[in-house]
Amino acid sequence: MKKNIKTQFLEGSNAVSLTIANIQPDVVSAYPITPQTHIVEDLAKFKAQGKANYEYLRAESEFAAASIVVGASATGSRVYSATSSQGLVLMMEVLYNASGLRLPVVMTVANRAVGGPISIWNDHSDAMAMRDASWTMFFAENHQEAVDLHIIAYKLAEEFNLPATVNIDGFILTHSFENVIIPSKSDIKKFLPSYKPALGTYLNPKKPVTLGAFFTPEHFWLEKKRIDEDLKHIITVFPKYYKDWKNILPSPISVKACLDDGLTEYCGPKNPSTLLVAMGSVVGTIKETLRHNKNVGILKIRSYRPFPKKSLQKIAYQCKHIAVIEKAMSSGAYGPLYSDVAASLPHFKGITSNHIVGLGGRDINIKTIQNIIKSAKRAQIKFW
Amino acid sequence: MIQIRIHGRGGQGVVTAAELLALAAFKEGYFAQAFPAFGVERSGAPIQSFVRIDNQAIITREQIQEPDILIIQDASLLHSSEVLFGIKKNTKLIINSPENPKTISQLLNKKIPAKNITSSPATEIALRLLGKNIVNTVILGAFIKQNKIIKLKSLLSAISEKFAEKDQSLINKNKAAITEAYTYVRK
Repeated sequence: MKKNIKTQFLEGSNAVSLTIANIQPDVVSAYPITPQTHIVEDLAKFKAQGKANYEYLRAESEFAAASIVVGASATGSRVYSATSSQGLVLMMEVLYNASGLRLPVVMTVANRAVGGPISIWNDHSDAMAMRDASWTMFFAENHQEAVDLHIIAYKLAEEFNLPATVNIDGFILTHSFENVIIPSKSDIKKFLPSYKPALGTYLNPKKPVTLGAFFTPEHFWLEKKRIDEDLKHIITVFPKYYKDWKNILPSPISVKACLDDGLTEYCGPKNPSTLLVAMGSVVGTIKETLRHNKNVGILKIRSYRPFPKKSLQKIAYQCKHIAVIEKAMSSGAYGPLYSDVAASLPHFKGITSNHIVGLGGRDINIKTIQNIIKSAKRAQIKFW
Repeated sequence: MIQIRIHGRGGQGVVTAAELLALAAFKEGYFAQAFPAFGVERSGAPIQSFVRIDNQAIITREQIQEPDILIIQDASLLHSSEVLFGIKKNTKLIINSPENPKTISQLLNKKIPAKNITSSPATEIALRLLGKNIVNTVILGAFIKQNKIIKLKSLLSAISEKFAEKDQSLINKNKAAITEAYTYVRK
């Protein structure tokens, strides 16, 4: 490990805010909501203490915060926002515009259940509400991944002109303390240069352009198709970018993955009979459960959008059972992740099952994971 | 891996206590993890926080099911079934109480033997040295004494770091209170 790299013991929110400060956005705008609050409080504090140069605008609502960062991004600025739950839902109209206008907005979602009934606790129902908004969507397992994924999110957003979100589990990651390495400004600069969009691609009186114009039926579908192609193109560059970044910044976590292409990470035996698929912090608990298991492996989906179909196929087609464990439900159908996994494996001959866990902050313990593994031999959808 | 569960009430600094313990462990070169389980966010509601300390990276995120050590900041929680959930044969208890370990063991129907109980008059120390009934830092002094995992020095250093933005006299008072709880001998 390089000498200048220092492991710190930080709260997840603090790790994210320190990273954002070192990424040096031009404009930060947010409206506080649990459990995102500590991130935006930190960023406001850095600004007040003179440690940061961004414009910090506390908006009157999440709708306004999203509109502010979209407007600032349209003028060629690097921008940041963060939200959770109802706040994200309130932003929804603006989120579709951010991608439709091809703006590289980056946002943290501190995942929390969407009410009602009211819940302040964690699940992925908020993230899934923006699933179809054409944003890049990443999910972090731990603090270090949260840090890394924000930097990669900016890199991809600014290269592909598509907004990106990093999902971190509310409370479980935002309010927990653990070992983490925060990259310095110069470390980040090596990977993510200053944002300098070309004149004529953003709002500037020197070379006026129109953003967000009216599209007739002849062109609208083509634009949507292009966004889809560009999002999918990210799959081809992500593995290299992930590797490049991890060469700059190591991880304090010593658990070795068998396969890691950035988009996904696989831990487990070479030929698992059962494959678990999951996203976010629950993967840690799953890995702990599988420490000495010789038949079951876990595939972590780090990039949910674009969805890493090929990485999944590579491992899944060898298995007998696939159990998708997720913290959201598309009521009346399946969990969203399960739908993606099933649709990605048209030739799968084994049994698939869908396990809905952790809704509204329900604790997911090792016993539950063990029971899920036992029940993976039956095709079913089950709430735990 | 050592797993510690802290019970208290909203406003008593249950979450901060977990952070301080974990930070002190980190300062000694351990991997550590601290996280809260918030109930409804209001003063007086029972709250738990969790600490894990290990020589290797900690990856699990489940709430602590079988604690090695229990810290109870508020003795009025002793009768709640949640507090003793998952205790093992050798689970140790540190409790804020003027009663002696034998009495507390009897109150618990001997579910934890007196030899595994440390009781600390943390409220009395806090009222005298801090001027208010906030026992979260004080009781950690008793924890350090009972469990030789973390040195007093590391905990005091964690206090300085965590409270860096607070008044220096408050930091000193907390350190004095921790040290008193650490050196306290029940007569």
